[in-house]
Amino acid sequence: MKDMTPETEITLDDAIKFLWSEADILDRNDFDAWLPLWHGGHYIIPIGDEVTDFANNLNIVYDDAQMRKARAARLSGGFSISAAPPARTVRTLSRFVFTEEAPGAVTIRSALHVIEDKFGRQRMFAANVEHKLIATENGIRITQKVVRLLNSDGMLTSISYLF
Amino acid sequence: MTLDHFPQGPQDASYAPLVKGDRVATPMYEDPAIFDVEMEKIFGKTWVWVGHESEVPDKGNFKLSVVGTQPVIISHDRKGALHVLVNRCRHRAATVCEIKKGKTSSFQCPYHGWGYALDGSLRGVPYTEGYNTDFDKKDYGLKKLKVETYQGMIFASFNMDVEPLEDFLGNAKPWIDLFMKQGGGFPVKTLGEHQFKVPMNWKIQLENTTDAYHFPVVHKSFMQSLDGEATQQFSFLEDDDGWVEDLGNGHSVMVMMPELNDLDDNLDAPIPERFQALAETLRADYDEDQVRRIVRAVGGCGFNLNLFPNAACSLSFFRILRPVSVNETEIRHIALGMDGGPEAANQMRMRLHEHFQGPMGFGSPDDAEVWERVQRGSAGGGDLDVMVNRGKGLEETSENGLPKGDISAETGMRAAYAKWQEMMA
Ligand code: FES
Ligand SMILES: [Fe+2]
Repeated sequence: MKDMTPETEITLDDAIKFLWSEADILDRNDFDAWLPLWHGGHYIIPIGDEVTDFANNLNIVYDDAQMRKARAARLSGGFSISAAPPARTVRTLSRFVFTEEAPGAVTIRSALHVIEDKFGRQRMFAANVEHKLIATENGIRITQKVVRLLNSDGMLTSISYLF
Repeated sequence: MTLDHFPQGPQDASYAPLVKGDRVATPMYEDPAIFDVEMEKIFGKTWVWVGHESEVPDKGNFKLSVVGTQPVIISHDRKGALHVLVNRCRHRAATVCEIKKGKTSSFQCPYHGWGYALDGSLRGVPYTEGYNTDFDKKDYGLKKLKVETYQGMIFASFNMDVEPLEDFLGNAKPWIDLFMKQGGGFPVKTLGEHQFKVPMNWKIQLENTTDAYHFPVVHKSFMQSLDGEATQQFSFLEDDDGWVEDLGNGHSVMVMMPELNDLDDNLDAPIPERFQALAETLRADYDEDQVRRIVRAVGGCGFNLNLFPNAACSLSFFRILRPVSVNETEIRHIALGMDGGPEAANQMRMRLHEHFQGPMGFGSPDDAEVWERVQRGSAGGGDLDVMVNRGKGLEETSENGLPKGDISAETGMRAAYAKWQEMMA
């Protein structure tokens, strides 16, 4: 990885490589690798397409750093029947677009498809994902991630992995 | 052959003997014919929870819901009355509304344009001249259900001769009254909901609402995510002050934290550590009595109240089940808050709800997993029974003259199955 400072421009290529590596980490349920990708901020799966005031609405997930850590511990601790073992997942992230660009900070929107398998039955999810990324001396970090699932305000299923 | 001698279909079989007191027969989870009869004899006959008044607060508001497997619309008409209408055009059956929730002055069918008022009456028919003179719009209103409310909860029934709602709720009423105290002095309103479907029979969820026995096993990873004080609170299986009580009519209550049954009590008790920051925020706008009342309400009640056949007032939220087919059930976890109450308090209630409930909570996915496992397991050993005998023979008699077991007793399940048996006879 190239050297970075908080002022370094994040190119589309940098951002895509980062998101693909995050996707690979999540398909491997490697939460020890996932948590350090963050720099504060919230991991959010809202209900409904329009919501922007996440704190004042009910979400599917609204995790600050502490909740992310607790969630990772739950999913990897071996005491959660739904996550021991979890459904296996294969995901694809594509259709990347920068929606905001500033020195050392970008917002990138992408399309996510996830297929999970458990008990031999497969389920499919699709989402629009928005990452806010910053450049730091340690490389790119996430300051906010919003996963807008299709049918987020409809009937879903239980989910024991991360998007 | 006259109609009197028409062959009797399987719907005339009585399934009542499948409930055997302390156990139930496996086909109750597995047999699609039983499911069909349940939809007719239970969901087609009794009071079914459809919504909360805060979901349709104003005139013109509507919300889609379901009674059994039938799509309905809850509508709040111009005069303030609530209606529950089958979402099916009386012409050739198209749904007249597919918007989940909103405000309107009428429902218009998209197929040939029949228009219905908020009370379901048919108002407009395009090109009426194509109908004979004996066509009367009065005969073609949307099909209506009987509607009654209790403490803001809206119930509907296809049975026009059903007993009054308050009689049906009976001994559950005082518990509902206690549950609604979590408004903390404000009216209770819905704050959104989590929805997920599980490949299981609906009665597996019905059983679970008063199942304390599973909690330390299934929810271990949730417990591990709590601070010391909260862990203490959820260790109700180790304490011996909780209980489960049959309330009659299929209803039951499981009391996990008796000290939280009445949220107006113990207002002088020290504020738990995890609520201290909230209390400090509230002190800017409220006096100390109000702060204590609101903070105590934020944590929710200490019990799960199961209302046969499809609703529960569970600690701090509504848990609603919707049977879809013999092995598919949809679950809604509706978050509740304080209407007009402090933003910080409602935020905390939503964060607590997100922590346990819903598709990605720290609790519900583990519930969903074991429920699916019950359905998968009951594909085997169809001659074996499902045991709900825990606590049987150890029960006391409650003030209502009904069985009362210890916290982990399966008393609530037996109560629900006794009602099932009565209605399926
Ligand atoms: S089906 Fe509704 S108007 Fe024809
Ligand atoms: Fe549970």
